[in-house]
Amino acid sequence: MTRPLLEVNHLTTRFYTERGSVTAVDDVSFQVDPGETLAIVGESGSGKSVTALSVLRLIPNPPGRIESGEILFDGVDLVKLDDPGIRAIRGNKIAMIFQEPMSSLNPALTVGLQVAEPINVHRGTPWAKAYEAATELIGRVRIADAASRLGSYPHQYSGGMRQRVMIAMALACAPRLIIADEPTTALDVTVQAQILDLLKELTRETGSSLILITHDLGVVARYADRVAVMYGGRIVEVAPARELYARPQHPYTLGLMASVPRLDGASGRRLVPIEGQPPDLASLPPGCSFAPRCRSVVAQCRTSRPELVLVADHHAKACFAHV
Amino acid sequence: MSEPLPTTVAADEPILRVEDLKVHFPVTKGILIQHRVATVKAVDGVSFTIRRGETLGLVGESGSGKSTTGLAVLRMLTPTAGRIIFEGLDIAPHKGAELLSVRRRMQMVYQDPYGSLNPRMTIRNIVGEPLAVHGLDGDKAATRDKVAALIASVGLLPDMADRYPHEFSGGQRQRIGIARAIALEPSLLIADEPVSALDVSIQAQVINLFMDLQERLGLTYLFIAHDLAVVRHISTRIAVMYLGRIVEIADRDDLYRSPLHPYTEALMAAVPVADPEVEARRPRAVISGEVPSALRPPPGCSFHTRCPRAMPVCKIDQPPLRNIGPERAVACHLHAN
Repeated sequence: MTRPLLEVNHLTTRFYTERGSVTAVDDVSFQVDPGETLAIVGESGSGKSVTALSVLRLIPNPPGRIESGEILFDGVDLVKLDDPGIRAIRGNKIAMIFQEPMSSLNPALTVGLQVAEPINVHRGTPWAKAYEAATELIGRVRIADAASRLGSYPHQYSGGMRQRVMIAMALACAPRLIIADEPTTALDVTVQAQILDLLKELTRETGSSLILITHDLGVVARYADRVAVMYGGRIVEVAPARELYARPQHPYTLGLMASVPRLDGASGRRLVPIEGQPPDLASLPPGCSFAPRCRSVVAQCRTSRPELVLVADHHAKACFAHV
Repeated sequence: MSEPLPTTVAADEPILRVEDLKVHFPVTKGILIQHRVATVKAVDGVSFTIRRGETLGLVGESGSGKSTTGLAVLRMLTPTAGRIIFEGLDIAPHKGAELLSVRRRMQMVYQDPYGSLNPRMTIRNIVGEPLAVHGLDGDKAATRDKVAALIASVGLLPDMADRYPHEFSGGQRQRIGIARAIALEPSLLIADEPVSALDVSIQAQVINLFMDLQERLGLTYLFIAHDLAVVRHISTRIAVMYLGRIVEIADRDDLYRSPLHPYTEALMAAVPVADPEVEARRPRAVISGEVPSALRPPPGCSFHTRCPRAMPVCKIDQPPLRNIGPERAVACHLHAN
């Protein structure tokens, strides 16, 4: 067995707010193998984005803090690194692509400068050389006429083009891992397909791993090798993508699949929604956080928290009920 | 509350007939003396009908003009040209008080459940406001009962009536918006992206509510959304818009089974299906480029710059929306016969 590139063990991230402490990520463990695409899927407040930000140690402190756990990247625990140590990893060995390209790009600097910056910072490459490398990167993300577009500013690019620039920046230092947090949520559907196809193709070419954070089960089905489903700050189910869609085990995963209308579904079929409201992270129930909305709830669910246990090869769920 | 108001319109007459609707916005320059430097043709010659009790889905990407079409039908915008025949009456030239009576019969549900409710009003007052605006709240006890019934009909609990919007989740707020929209017992409801701000597990609840209310109250919907799967689920027929025009209109199953316009085809190919087995087998025709600026739409067919099957004629002539069958029309030179 190959050693995982990233191994997150018992990660807990908490925010201290006026309303009390909020456990956004609660004892989360997962791993990412070299070259694989792991999708983390969940609804708002499920903890998927905070998980990603924790890996890069981008949790604003205060109010947030990584409370416990380890994040082993290539054998090094990122939680224990000092500031210069983590900065040497960010944008270099692990790159991040955010949802909103406009607010992640500096509006006052040219695109070329921003793509060249990580190369200059992490590799010590002189600016002129870094700029040349940026030209090539811009071409690789299929921005036509790369050399002349480098002098433009972000506002002169369209939404899809800006996200291509973000991908170029992410690729600049040939990272081993790319974390993409809802990279196409702000884009139109035809552009979404272009961007995700590009990202997938480039990671395949370079052999980087990809963590794709999304709420869209269709995107997961098209692009992910493995899937972790999050709810209320915890991973409730993890499995290879085909296995998860063919044999979902957790009642929440089952509920999600039944509540999404499918383009190829039988028309007129009634959707089966998950009743109730998403949990309030500041006042989670003592047992399983999905228990109040669960159709298969048993007495034990209300008192104790289920751990992730294997139900098949590479397929684990955190649930007491037999679904 | 399901009792329809008397109308002079024949039963088979469509509830809404939009003919060659145009909404153009001027782009002006100058502060004191403004002069027009360009025109954005947000909606440029759109025609469609909606029959009583059906749902017409309006899909398109950003800038397609789908929301502007909805606002113009509701007459929250004044059309530049065209006719909007609602229950037998052309409301395009209506003004002021005339519109008040139209809006008793036509209401709107908005996208943003946070921005469309007044944070300083209780749910009871929000849902009852349309009754007050239209002077239908004379009998206080009856109004109170009616509001309570409305709140119950969208699946909220009676004791929620005296709370404020911030105490509710996004899905619950959208229910409140729907209760307000049906308070006047309208015949047509225009819903603009009503579920796109909601989490997927909540989306299904609200979609089901729309379908239940339609069955119970005989409502007609103009359902505007960018999510093709949601639109296909809820609609009877679907119109696809691109840069201010309808490029294809068809029964929802026909549209899905055999899309005729290359844009419809591309749009459907771009939407991933939540099943890896299906995804592995599906043809993947990803179109390049992005929607051009509405300020400078391409000449001819406005989709020709991205169309994989564009022909020389597409760069010159704009194809009209032609009827292909009784329920079907497409605007494409490939189907000119």
